[in-house]
Amino acid sequence: MSEFYVLHVNGAAREVRDAAAGESLLFVLRERLGLMGSKGACEQGECGSCSVLLDDQLVCGCLVLAAGAVGQRIVTIEGVAPLGAPSDVQQAFVDAGAVQCGFCTPGLIMATHSLLERSPAPSEMEIREELSGNVCRCTGYGRIIDAVQRVAVARRGAQ
Amino acid sequence: MSVIVATSLAEAFAALSAHPEATLVAGGTDVMVEVNAGHRHVADVVMVNRVGELCTWRHDGAMLHLGAGVTWSQIEAAPIAEWVPVLAQAARTVGSPQIRHVGTIGGNLGTCSPAGDGLPGLAALDAVVHLASPAGERSLPFAEFMVGPKRTARVAGELIIGVTVPVLRGWQGYSKVGVRNAMVIATASVALVTDLDGRTVRLALGSVGPTILRCTEAEAFAAANVDFANGAASAAVVSEFAALARAAARPIDDHRSTAEYRRHAVGVLAGRLLRRAFPNE
Ligand SMILES: Cc1cc2nc3c(=O)[nH]c(=O)nc-3n(C[C@H](O)[C@H](O)[C@H](O)COP(=O)(O)OP(=O)(O)OC[C@H]3O[C@@H](n4cnc5c(N)ncnc54)[C@H](O)[C@@H]3O)c2cc1C
Ligand code: FES
Ligand code: FES
Repeated sequence: MSEFYVLHVNGAAREVRDAAAGESLLFVLRERLGLMGSKGACEQGECGSCSVLLDDQLVCGCLVLAAGAVGQRIVTIEGVAPLGAPSDVQQAFVDAGAVQCGFCTPGLIMATHSLLERSPAPSEMEIREELSGNVCRCTGYGRIIDAVQRVAVARRGAQ
Repeated sequence: MSVIVATSLAEAFAALSAHPEATLVAGGTDVMVEVNAGHRHVADVVMVNRVGELCTWRHDGAMLHLGAGVTWSQIEAAPIAEWVPVLAQAARTVGSPQIRHVGTIGGNLGTCSPAGDGLPGLAALDAVVHLASPAGERSLPFAEFMVGPKRTARVAGELIIGVTVPVLRGWQGYSKVGVRNAMVIATASVALVTDLDGRTVRLALGSVGPTILRCTEAEAFAAANVDFANGAASAAVVSEFAALARAAARPIDDHRSTAEYRRHAVGVLAGRLLRRAFPNE
């Protein structure tokens, strides 16, 4: 294989060098590009803590073959908002107490941004179904659903 | 090692000719699980998720052609959901949104697990699977494509191009039992398709045999005993239909469930689906 390939991450072209065969996007983001926001818990697609956007679609970074994502637009939690200026979703998670240990939070923030893009006024049932790929061991989900609803309401009010 | 991202069938075939042993990857939701767990080593990879010809569908009235690269998210939504509700319902039960956004029907066929959620619907619809290699194309009925658990009639170097299914008039549904609502492999599953014009009821069972099982006795019994015009079936007919579904199952005990439970479950699901298809007593 060529010695390097280029991924488009958070608006920047990033070279990946000396990669081994079969590396996942999650691995490359964390171990080769130093983007530690996406978490890895299961590496089996089950927990969603590695969720990123790939050409605007929410995917598990651990199930994307990194070298196969050449030419696609990748957005990670680091690309959602600049440090110190949280997105409305990030702020709502803080305000609603939807963060405890925080391990699941980057994935849930990505999933919530993706959900609200597609469905600005989701029902509770829809929120539960759409976030079913993101597992949280701490919060019990009530506050997470509350956070999502707060953003939906605030965005409607702002229109 | 090499990773080739094919954007056309011609490119995919060229890549396969250069690397006959290459692993094909569409959404990667089956392949990468094995790679991450260390159960599969990949050297050469041909990505087929951006092959234009595979990522399309075509509806010509009586038939629907779904390219292998069509994702569960696409199948779950209109317009495909309106043409083949049985596949749409199955799609909605696959994994999570993250899995459905990239997981494909071609990948489900490629893996061909008896628990694959797309497969009972395809069996019930009498889907035809299209395969192609640089040497030519061939098409075979789903029942001949799936030859065993995770075993198919596909030969090395062949691409799954897609499937053709009929667009039928009549109720269709898919039901699955698992330990939770989301992100679960089927313990037992049932697809039911009615064809009001052909006056047939088709029933296929998943996760209760080495392949997807069609229940020809239950189907013949239903066709002879339901009232198609009035959407009616008696309680006795529903219960006999469920019994015939149970009898057709060939389940095993494994780490996910017991044969006994699985047999019971397909009976319950088959009866429930027949009742939904024919709501009147
Ligand atoms: C967390 C999780 C949950 C899941 N839940 C479910 C579920 O509920 N129900 C279910 O049915 N499945 C489930 N799966 C399995 C998987 O998502 C599905 O089987 C999916 O349809 C696979 O599609 P893919 O495109 O990702 O396949 P890939 O992983 O890309 O490929 C799967 C196999 O098919 C081959 N292949 C792919 N495309 C082609 C082609 N065009 N021609 C020839 N061969 C091809 C590959 O070489 C490979 O052997 C789950 C997986 C995960 C990780
Ligand atoms: S690490 Fe990717 S889903 Fe758990
Ligand atoms: S806050 Fe700990 S896993 Fe969700």
